Amino acid sequence: MSAAAPLVQVDDLAKTFDVSPPWLNRVLERKSRQFVHAVDGVSFAIRKGTTLALVGESGCGKSTVARLLVGLYEPTRGRVHFDGQDTGAWKSSAANLRTLRRRMQMIFQDPYASLNPRWKVLDIVGEPLREHGLCSSDDSLRQKVGELLRSVGLATVDMEKFPHQFSGGQRQRISIARALATQPEFLVCDEPTSALDVSVQAQVLNIMKDLQREQGLTYLFISHNLAVVRHVSDQVGVMYLGRLVELADKVELFARPRHPYTRMLLAAIPDIHMSGSSRTPVQGEVPNPLSPPAGCAFHPRCPHADARCSSERPEMRQVQGVRVACHAVEEGRIAPRADDVRPGRN
Amino acid sequence: MASPLLQVRNLRVEFPTRRGTLLALDDISFDIAPGEVLGVVGESGAGKSLTGAAIIGLLEPPGRIAGGEILLAGKRIDHLPYEQMRAIRGRRIGAIFQDPLTSLNPLYTIGRQLTETILTHLPVSAEEARQRAVRLLQETGIPAAAERLEQYPHQFSGGMRQRVVIALALAAEPELIVADEPTTALDVSIQAQIISLLKRLCRQHGAAVMLVTHDMGVIAETCDRVAVMYAGRICEIGPVHEVIHHPAHPYTRGLMGSIPAMDDTRERLLQIDGAMPRLNAIPAGCAFNPRCPQAMDRCRRDRPELIDAGHTRAACWLARQEAAT
Repeated sequence: MSAAAPLVQVDDLAKTFDVSPPWLNRVLERKSRQFVHAVDGVSFAIRKGTTLALVGESGCGKSTVARLLVGLYEPTRGRVHFDGQDTGAWKSSAANLRTLRRRMQMIFQDPYASLNPRWKVLDIVGEPLREHGLCSSDDSLRQKVGELLRSVGLATVDMEKFPHQFSGGQRQRISIARALATQPEFLVCDEPTSALDVSVQAQVLNIMKDLQREQGLTYLFISHNLAVVRHVSDQVGVMYLGRLVELADKVELFARPRHPYTRMLLAAIPDIHMSGSSRTPVQGEVPNPLSPPAGCAFHPRCPHADARCSSERPEMRQVQGVRVACHAVEEGRIAPRADDVRPGRN
Repeated sequence: MASPLLQVRNLRVEFPTRRGTLLALDDISFDIAPGEVLGVVGESGAGKSLTGAAIIGLLEPPGRIAGGEILLAGKRIDHLPYEQMRAIRGRRIGAIFQDPLTSLNPLYTIGRQLTETILTHLPVSAEEARQRAVRLLQETGIPAAAERLEQYPHQFSGGMRQRVVIALALAAEPELIVADEPTTALDVSIQAQIISLLKRLCRQHGAAVMLVTHDMGVIAETCDRVAVMYAGRICEIGPVHEVIHHPAHPYTRGLMGSIPAMDDTRERLLQIDGAMPRLNAIPAGCAFNPRCPQAMDRCRRDRPELIDAGHTRAACWLARQEAAT
């Protein structure tokens, strides 16, 4: 766990989707081409054995980042370095790609959609082992699958069952067991607990933390739930309309959020211990990603916005050890204060 | 306390299936006072949505009410014929569902859906209905309400659609609103807007609310009282503050401990091992006993009733013991 070289380094990653109308409509109805900038210039690094969480509202591009990292999408621009090597260059060779796939795995949001209903758990968890030639015989495969199931709190006999015989939380454990089968170093978890009930969510989060401690795993954890993020992460990146607006240490981000959007998100969380009092609702809604506002994408909803914000897009800048993309923070128009986030907290 | 607006007494809902009858709601009893907000919380499959559906008379067959009664302002509504129930639904009990896209008709304009509801239930002219529709949309915070009446649901964003659904539910000034997971499909920032809107409008219109949700945070800031459901039964009911801070039932305690809060520093969350039993395998005695860290012999044998447990009412033998000592 050296602090020197990060396991995953992402530089200026971008993904643009072409959502133009069909050719005939463009010709006949004079419609122009349209693009969605789902992810636009995202950079971060994850140290080995730590967790980076990406938070944001739906449509902010967090799942696209996850898919870009594991190679389910080709980036339009930018680079992903894994363990010091450029994955874009690696992908040119099939053998390298297989190695890469073995070293990074993904856990998906919906445990009902991500497990083949016609396969037994043995086949689901065993598939990556077979595919990567990690098990020579059926016996060793069964033994390995049994070990994996036990490591996530399931029983060895469960390998003979089908996914429908499990509850949501158990299915998500099967997904985790499958992801762990190739002994990856890096796990991309796209909303792994959003489809689960709170008591089951606690079981899955506890397992994920235990596994990280035992095996030194590195996580990219995507979630819209800030309380969950606060529980699992070491670093937090806040995304808004395809861009990172703030990237900071967990403790720093939750104690002293800098970006107005981060502050709003924090203030919008219902707090179960504040019975009776109300939270400050965020004004407005996320704009249409097809026509994002000029300048800072958040300026129409921002209480601190001025002329500069609506014309010039802020760059990510280092402010007191935290990276923030905000003119107001940079100019010192808003001071980093903890107590204006949630008044009346003890 | 004033005479309750809604009384649910020993409600049982069954689903007859080929492999035997499943008891989905078992002996549910609670009251809602006029203007009160009652939260119903529980994990998926606990029966919270079903309770709401039974009250508004929209149980999906083969589900049926097999026992108990539901009274609205002292009159039974659980055995009314379909047409009579239809007149109550919308007029006296409004409903808000989880997904605003499926609860609005995609082929009709918002204006048509609103005026139709108003004209069905209230003796007003078409012009008055239109004006009322505009006023309702304005109240729910939809800008340019008059123009938006002519638009279709797909032209609204998720948060805006849920505002329309709230306007629809309030259209005929109902006394009770059953809101089933009204913010679950929305982002946190929009969720805060919708919750504060729902709270404000219901207070202004004097409507009582039964708020069904799995989100304890939403319950905490919205409700007066809360009922915690587990496996088709109410395991604890009481004032929100008491249930959150002094839960008496071990399940409620586990539920509260498993929620990551913004101000806790625990390395591990409290976890309740296992999962809620399926309807065809509800254990004897207390339904929670296989997962309960404090289960006794009696819990596996006898089923606890709701009894006073300090500040709340809980269905737990431990509470009874404490009360006796």
